[in-house]
Amino acid sequence: MRKRAVSMWFPKLPSDRVLRARAMTTATDDRPFAITHHVKNTDRIYCLNQAAQARGLHRGMGFSDARAYCPDLQSQPADVTADARFLQTLARWSKRYCPWVGLDGVDGLMLNIAGSAHLFGGEDAMLADMRHRLARAGLGGRVAAADTRGAAWALTHYGTSLQTKDITTLPIEALRLDAKSAIALQRLGLRSIADLMVLPRATMARRFGTEVVLRLDQALGAQDESITSLHDAPHYGVRITLPDPIGLQADVMEGTKRLLERLCNKLKAHETGARKLQLTLRRVDQGAQQVELRLAAPMHDAARILPLFARGVDAVEAGFGIDQMRLEATQVERLPNVQMSQSGTTQPDGLDDLITRIGNRIGLDNIQRFLPADSHIPERSFRVAVAAYSAPEGPWVTMTPRPLRLFSPEPITGNTSRPPDRFRWRRMSFTTGRATGPERIAPEWWLPDDNWRSGVRDYWRVETREGRRLWLFYTPQDPHWFVQGEFA
Amino acid sequence: MVENLSSHFPPQNARTHEVWGPSAPAFAFALAAYVRHKNAKTVLWAREAWQTEQINPVGFSSYIDPQNLLIAQAASHVDVLATAEEALRSGRVALVIMELSQPIGLTEGRRLQLAAQEGDAMGLCLLPEGMGSNAAQTRWRCSPVFDETAQHRDSTLQRWEIIKNKSGTLRTWTVRWDAQTRRINVVSEAPQR
Repeated sequence: MRKRAVSMWFPKLPSDRVLRARAMTTATDDRPFAITHHVKNTDRIYCLNQAAQARGLHRGMGFSDARAYCPDLQSQPADVTADARFLQTLARWSKRYCPWVGLDGVDGLMLNIAGSAHLFGGEDAMLADMRHRLARAGLGGRVAAADTRGAAWALTHYGTSLQTKDITTLPIEALRLDAKSAIALQRLGLRSIADLMVLPRATMARRFGTEVVLRLDQALGAQDESITSLHDAPHYGVRITLPDPIGLQADVMEGTKRLLERLCNKLKAHETGARKLQLTLRRVDQGAQQVELRLAAPMHDAARILPLFARGVDAVEAGFGIDQMRLEATQVERLPNVQMSQSGTTQPDGLDDLITRIGNRIGLDNIQRFLPADSHIPERSFRVAVAAYSAPEGPWVTMTPRPLRLFSPEPITGNTSRPPDRFRWRRMSFTTGRATGPERIAPEWWLPDDNWRSGVRDYWRVETREGRRLWLFYTPQDPHWFVQGEFA
Repeated sequence: MVENLSSHFPPQNARTHEVWGPSAPAFAFALAAYVRHKNAKTVLWAREAWQTEQINPVGFSSYIDPQNLLIAQAASHVDVLATAEEALRSGRVALVIMELSQPIGLTEGRRLQLAAQEGDAMGLCLLPEGMGSNAAQTRWRCSPVFDETAQHRDSTLQRWEIIKNKSGTLRTWTVRWDAQTRRINVVSEAPQR
């Protein structure tokens, strides 16, 4: 099939993206604006708008120099991932013209419009429509059509508005050559593509490598070059419409089962697992009820997920009946297929299901586990992590005995540096039988902590004659005694 | 005095038990260590989220590896019981420890008992003194004892009394936790002062 390529190039994609998001910017760029990025210890201009260019700024210029030239320059740091996301959005938008859209570098799109131009009233009308819509969206984009991908690229990047068909008069760089070959060709006086075309191919290949010949062939159409089309992200949603409304819990669960099987097949095909599921039950009276299920681990096993829905479905008010059910995985994670072996999988005991069930009642974030942390401060010697989103870690190292329970420090009377012989704590009086210590712990000055404002602490393990074994500390810089924990 | 702690501790599986007293957490962790030794399932610790006292993983790592413990922070007393019942019934955990601040009634206690039977798991309620339910299989009172002999620097001497037992006698032991072997050692009774 004959190809017809359209190249879209957005030379100012980063700055256009930021400026069009600004609510107060008018369509006419009158104020200079630049995107900066930090390379080799200095801020440089990454992208700039027309107004800034008119003031004599250019890409790669030091940002401090630019501000000296142009004191009212506004700027923002570059965000490459947001730019890439924006380009993806544009690619999705371009599918209104043709189904075959691919990315071209970080700031361009390549469309294959063969067979779809007539839908827009011909190719010229289509290109005009593209230009019009891009301009209205505040994007300075250049659009050109040609028979090959290389030619379309050359026309957008190096063509002038008059020169819409012929690429032979364009400079050598329009062939997408690397900088080294382009400079070498220019040194020989080969400035335009036409100059290159008249040379014997064998000599050219020997002298400059096959790269130059390949690029020339691609631009002229002697060598085919495909456009890699973007695939849409899979949509994890299924639904079922019922001829008669249902209301029994068993019926709803049966419907959920059928939806789950379809959804799980899709999840399995993409090697993903659902983390969050949403079941929407539409009633006859147009009301909708939602059941949300958060799973403790990514799953794509319908038989395991179904019982977890029971509690949520139980709470649904069916009214006059439910006639449409929709199940969507609102959050998915990678779940590669695991090789089955004799030793089984990593978590054979189904603890995840239990965590999910409990989590649906008390909140998935409230099921936690302890992870070790590298700190001498008692409160920070461990971390508490959500069990569903963390893996157990070890080992746990204890140098000195630590109390089984910790509480926030409770003051007791006493001002000597040795533990008091008698003290009262929680309305009980104690006599010190044996005191072990001190163990001095200094605050971590690099982390601000209000509880440790009183400076270093001398910890004592105090065994009272009454039996209780308490963890006391003394703050020498602000003489007070506190109880912070209790041993076994 | 007959020193047969082994016939009473660990208490009967597939039942719920109760413990109170200042050393109740030590009892719970010792029990967790025994249960973990027998089967490799996880231990669940359910508590009310508002309680400021918290268990210290560095402290109890000499009893049970904190990797094998999950904490459920429930919003209310009822949620703690519901969480515990769910976990006991599932059979995925070996031991469920409930830290409670209110008395539990006979109905709740009985439900926990049935759930424990169904899931073949053990339940343990940590209660304030005098708030048990009649459904519990055994009830223990644990209190620390001052160690007169100065040879143990990190002494864990405590008195364990079994104060309710549905199928057995009531006894008292003086025990000590051995961190090396992760075992409870019974100490011979010190002479009366």
